[in-house]
Amino acid sequence: MYQYFYELLGSEILATLITAAVPLVNVLLAALIGVYLERKVSAHMQDRLGPMRTGWHGIFQTVADFIKMLQKEDAVSTEVDKKLYNLAPVLVFTGSFAAYAVIPFSSKVIGTEAEVGIFYLLAISSLVVAGILMAGWSSNNKYSLLGAMRSASQIISYEIPTAIVVLSMVMYTGTLSLDKMSQMQTAYFWNWNILGGAEFGFAKFLLIPFMIVGFIIIYISTLAEVNRTPFDIPEAESELVAGYFTEYCGMKWAMFMLSEYGNMFAVSGLVTILFFGGYQSPLGYFGDAIGVHWMIPFEQVFWFIAKGWFFVFVQMWLRWTLPRLRVDQLMSLCWKYLIPYAFVNLIIIGIITLL
Amino acid sequence: MKQYLKNTWDGIWTVLIGMKITFKHLFTPAVTIQYPDVKVPLPERVRNRLYVNIDDCIGCDQCSRACPVSCIEIETTKAIPGEDLGTTSNGKKKALWVTKFNIDIAKCCYCQLCVFPCPTECIYMTDVYEFAEYERENLVYKFSALTETEAVEKKANFEKFQAEKEAQKAAAAAKPKEEQKPVN
Amino acid sequence: MALKTETMVLNMGPQHPSTHGVLRLELELEGELIKKVIPHIGYLHRCFEKHAEAMQYNQVIPYTDRMDYLASMYNNFGYVIAVEKLMGIEVPERVQYIRLIMGELQRIASHLVALGTYGLDIGAFTPFLYLFRDREKILSLFEMTCGARLLYNYMWVGGLSHDIHPDFQRLTKEFINYFKPTIVELDSLLSYNKIFIERTANIGILPVDTAINYGVTGPMLRGSGIKFDLRRNDPYSIYNRFDFDIPVGKGLVGTVGDCWDRYYVRVREMEESLKILEQAIDNIPEGDVQSAIPKRIKPPKGTVYSRVETPRGELGYFIISDGSTNPFRVKVRAPSFVNLEVLGELCKGHLVADVIAILGSVDIVLGEVDR
Repeated sequence: MYQYFYELLGSEILATLITAAVPLVNVLLAALIGVYLERKVSAHMQDRLGPMRTGWHGIFQTVADFIKMLQKEDAVSTEVDKKLYNLAPVLVFTGSFAAYAVIPFSSKVIGTEAEVGIFYLLAISSLVVAGILMAGWSSNNKYSLLGAMRSASQIISYEIPTAIVVLSMVMYTGTLSLDKMSQMQTAYFWNWNILGGAEFGFAKFLLIPFMIVGFIIIYISTLAEVNRTPFDIPEAESELVAGYFTEYCGMKWAMFMLSEYGNMFAVSGLVTILFFGGYQSPLGYFGDAIGVHWMIPFEQVFWFIAKGWFFVFVQMWLRWTLPRLRVDQLMSLCWKYLIPYAFVNLIIIGIITLL
Repeated sequence: MKQYLKNTWDGIWTVLIGMKITFKHLFTPAVTIQYPDVKVPLPERVRNRLYVNIDDCIGCDQCSRACPVSCIEIETTKAIPGEDLGTTSNGKKKALWVTKFNIDIAKCCYCQLCVFPCPTECIYMTDVYEFAEYERENLVYKFSALTETEAVEKKANFEKFQAEKEAQKAAAAAKPKEEQKPVN
Repeated sequence: MALKTETMVLNMGPQHPSTHGVLRLELELEGELIKKVIPHIGYLHRCFEKHAEAMQYNQVIPYTDRMDYLASMYNNFGYVIAVEKLMGIEVPERVQYIRLIMGELQRIASHLVALGTYGLDIGAFTPFLYLFRDREKILSLFEMTCGARLLYNYMWVGGLSHDIHPDFQRLTKEFINYFKPTIVELDSLLSYNKIFIERTANIGILPVDTAINYGVTGPMLRGSGIKFDLRRNDPYSIYNRFDFDIPVGKGLVGTVGDCWDRYYVRVREMEESLKILEQAIDNIPEGDVQSAIPKRIKPPKGTVYSRVETPRGELGYFIISDGSTNPFRVKVRAPSFVNLEVLGELCKGHLVADVIAILGSVDIVLGEVDR
């Protein structure tokens, strides 16, 4: 994309800015739509109406909230560690924003075609931990501290099963580039990795159950990484009031929320790329059929966003269905269940791939 | 090992059951309503804001005494002979000017105990429930039909009447004395 | 050299999302492990007992509403039974039946709140709203009958404030039929959810002897496996005419007396209440509900202690009468207050998150604890 804009505008600065702005718009839109969707989904699951007043079915509710957040006083308690306190939301937001750099929305819309995209994604998502720890520590609040400690241990633990599943997929596809991974799962859904990948043969059918297991594991562990119910113990409102961002208000608080919803879409995107064909259409391209090839990237954007939002919806669905785990159970789920399963899965997928 | 696999299975299975239920509810119509636009019809016995039909009030003070939180304040003045206060709707003759009938609705606990003893059924609970105010003083409802000056006037009237009566009595009492004096 | 460690004191409440009101807990933590729990109460103290001394007997009833505000009907019930016992009033059959029906509806409504908020404490938001939706239906029945949704002042000494509405029986039957599938739904959505079981089974185990020593009553005691229910063991009103079971904790998914058992006893109790309602609703005899109400409530000199089984346990009223129109003393044995005492015992050695789970399973109402 950078290359394209560079050729178009002839200015490095402008091209860089535009390339950077695209993920920013993405993450903001993801948060905006995400918050609205969460409200509506939760409301209708609970036989409620949800926001109804701002616009048709409350469609502008998040915008109104955002404006309210901007107007709020930036109250900072006197006892906080000001530097870290102010830095933490920015860092958390940066982490989730940076993740969008490598997510391929289509074969054309991608921040950077990094060869080690998935590696970068896993690494950058750990930045959030630093931000959360900072927020928890600097708030000078016991609840925040407990929340931050829980969050740090949780995110770091759940990186492992995520990494193992990603490893098995990397092993299977033979590339670290998210774009290439998507390209390999060519259009039509039977070519997706969840259904054994594009190569037709006996191995494809052998792989399907293990791919499903892998998908479940990575879905659960990414759910935990973005601190969603049933793994929302860092911010468990019934125990820790609001966890690590108890002391935040106004825009700083909004940045935590933005990054949470941004992250939700990012991890859904990751799951989509690894198992559900990324931006590939499940039913072939319309543009191909009628011979209008410039339409394909737009179709790809549509499919990627649709798949991504579907998984975000499932995350919300889970959130409004399940109770929350306790902190030690969270750890035992990770270390005693997910990691062994992931390892076994890794070995089996490895063997099948070798064959 | 068997337990381990069973735990895994239970975990996934019960989550799926729960998800099925919430998904079903996604398509059931909402039970909530959009309150100020749509309102639930209230049953006829509903207990909300107190109202006093002061035309029927005979000033018997029974409601005030029944109130457990003392939110009703009543002051009355006897009518002087010749003043006709009329009758209540159920035919009771009124004998007292109700100079003050204040209900501090902020104190009211909506127990309805004041309603039952009323002999003329003039105090009752209505279905009005939206009566928030910015000033607490506005929640003191004054039901007395008399204005303040009228109330003062009635009081003065009665006191004057009382004083006259006293004076007459005193005069009546004094007269015999005076008459007796010369005898002694 | 041993590492120097300190315990941390965490102040939970009175402004905290899940202390069920204004309870303040002082937690002494070692990491996230609980060393000690000290409940501080009194934030909602409104001098009920002292107030009652200045009130006439019937004026006390609105105050009893405000003790356990989730089971107002039952507080009324206990109080009027006590005063009637003191005065020796025989209450008409119709009144007895209506009181019992109201009491059982109130028990369901109260348990719905208890279970819903318990789910909320554990982190499941949705069951909470499903249960509140159903509770609203019961409250509407109450509103139809006496005009209030929460603080009823419905039961009077010797009778009731209003007769039931002509539609009441039909709507109650409709509710019973509507409500049965909800319990099944609750079971599959929450009770048998693996995560919920993990969070509540084997947590906060209350052994039988501890329960008895602390004087714990109600679903907490039954959760520990003791079949003790005043409706059966010391029958008041007309409970001895009805056929119902007393559910006890059996340790289906963990140990007898854990949080899950206490939770599940409440679920089963709702079913038993429905059973009682089904038997009673069609058999309400005709009569006047206000015929036995005395003109002046002036009990003879003497004392009375009367107890009823509220949704939270044994609610006792001890009334001393000096022969005047005001009670000389009204002492309340509030079930939540007694049940709360055992919290320190239950929380030892658990995690912070378990305190919430245990407190939720105790099901306190601060209005009653502080009075």
